[in-house]
Amino acid sequence: MTTHFFGDTAVLLGRSLRHIARSLDTIITTAIMPIAFMLLFVYVFGGAINSGSDSYVSYLLPGILLITIASGISYTAYRLFLDMKSGIFERFQSMPIARSSVLWAHVLTSLVANLVSLVVVVLVALLMGFRSGAGVLAWLAVAGILILFTLALTWIAVIPGLTAKSVDGASAFSYPLLFLPFISSAFVPTATMPGPVRAFAENQPVTSIVNAIRDLFTGQPVGADIWTALAWCVGILVVAYFFAMATYRRKIS
Amino acid sequence: MSTDAAIQVRGLQKSYKKLEVLRGVDFEVAPGSIFALLGSNGAGKTTVVKILSTLLKADAGEASVNGFDVVAQPAEVRQSISLTGQFAAVDEMLSGRENLVLVAKLRHLKGAGAIADGLLDRFALTDAAARKVSTYSGGMRRRLDIAMSLIGNPPLIFLDEPTTGLDPEARLEVWDAVRELAARGTTVLLTTQYLDEAEQLADRIAILHEGRIIVNGTLAELKRMLPPAEVEYIEKQPTLEDVFLAIVGHE
Repeated sequence: MTTHFFGDTAVLLGRSLRHIARSLDTIITTAIMPIAFMLLFVYVFGGAINSGSDSYVSYLLPGILLITIASGISYTAYRLFLDMKSGIFERFQSMPIARSSVLWAHVLTSLVANLVSLVVVVLVALLMGFRSGAGVLAWLAVAGILILFTLALTWIAVIPGLTAKSVDGASAFSYPLLFLPFISSAFVPTATMPGPVRAFAENQPVTSIVNAIRDLFTGQPVGADIWTALAWCVGILVVAYFFAMATYRRKIS
Repeated sequence: MSTDAAIQVRGLQKSYKKLEVLRGVDFEVAPGSIFALLGSNGAGKTTVVKILSTLLKADAGEASVNGFDVVAQPAEVRQSISLTGQFAAVDEMLSGRENLVLVAKLRHLKGAGAIADGLLDRFALTDAAARKVSTYSGGMRRRLDIAMSLIGNPPLIFLDEPTTGLDPEARLEVWDAVRELAARGTTVLLTTQYLDEAEQLADRIAILHEGRIIVNGTLAELKRMLPPAEVEYIEKQPTLEDVFLAIVGHE
C-alpha cells in the first residue's frame, strides 16, 4: 500500500490544513505569547538590559522565533491527541491507506502552522523597529534553520500526542522547551551569567541557534555557531524521529 | 470449517498484561448475514473487533476475514472491510460532506463528490451536508459514521456498539440503517450489550462471556434452550419507550 503514500498524505494534509484554517485562533494563540514576551522585554525590561546591540528588538527576535515554535508544536501534539481520542485515527488505520501518512500529514501541518505564526511574529517585530540588512541567501538560511528546528520539535511533540492520556498531558511537554531560551543568549548575553549557569547556557542548543540566526540577520560572518546549530537540529530531529516512529509502531501493531 | 465464510475465528486468545480477555474464541459468520456478538461491558467484544480489523494482534489463534488472514494479509483485509468504532469516528471540524469526500479519497475512488452526495441522500443528511459535524445530533453523527463505512462498498462491516449512548429515536434510525445494509447483501458483525438490539437485528447471536463464546445460534435456537413458554394472560401496558415515541411524534 506504500504506492499511495504521497496521495494519502496529501489528502490528510488537506484535512488538517482545513482544521487550521477553521480555527485560526490556535495560530493566533501560538503567536500571542511570543509577541507578549517581545513587548515585555523590549518596552519594560529592555531599557535596563545591556545587550551590546543598537536595537534590542533585533537582538531579541531570534530567541522569540524559537519560543514561537516551541509554543506552536504543543498544538501539533494536541491535534494528534484529538485524533487518537476521537477514534478517527483507528478508522484511518483500518482503511487501505499508507498507514504512516497519518503521521506525516500531522508533521507537515505543524510545519505550515508554525511558518504562519513565525511570519506573524516577524511582522510585529518589523512594526516594533526590527530591521535587518540580511540578503536573500541569509534569509533562506534563517528559514532553513527554523524549518529544521520546527521539524525536530514536531517529532518530539508526536510522542506525547500519541501516548498522552489527557489533553493537559499532550501539551505539558512543551513547557520546558519554552523555558530553555531564558537560559541562553536569547535575552541577554551569556557573559553576565555566573559560571555554572553560563556553562549550561553556552552549551545548550538554543544559544547556538540564536547566535547563528542573529549573525545572519545582522549580516555578520557566521562562525562555528551555524554548524553547532545545524548539528543540534539534525541530532534532535533524528533521535526524536526514531523514538516517535517506535512509539507509533507500538500503537498500530 | 467452511471456506466461504465471511469471518472465521479459531481459538483466539488475547491478554492485556495479566488480564485474560479472550481465552479461545471460535465462531463463523456467513456472508450476507447479520451476526451479533453479545456481551456485557468488558467481555472482550471490542477486542475481537480490533483483532479482526487488523488494529490489534492476537496472542494465539487464527482469524480470517473474507478469506484473508488478518496477520499475513492485513492490507487485503483492510481493503475488504469497514470499521465503525464504539465512538462515532467522524471529523468534527469538517462538514458531513467533507467527511464523506475524505474517506472516498482515502479509498482511492474516482468521483468522490458524487459518492458523498449519494450517501448524504441515502442517510437523509443532505440538508445538513454543509454544516460542521460538531453541530450534529448523536443520531446524525452515527448515521454519518455508518455512511462513511459504506464508501467503496466493502463486503463486510464491523459495527462496534453502534447504539450505545443514543436516544431511542436515534437508535431506531441506526437499526433501520443496519437492516438496509443487510438487505443489500453486506455482511454485518455487530457488537452490542443490548439484548433487544441483537433480537431485533441479528440472524445469529453469539454470547461472549468470560473470554469464550458460550452460546451461538439463531434467536429461535437460543429460545429453545430455555424451558417451554407458559401461557399467561396479562394486560400489556405501554412501555416508557412507546410513550416517549408517541409524545415526540415518531411514526
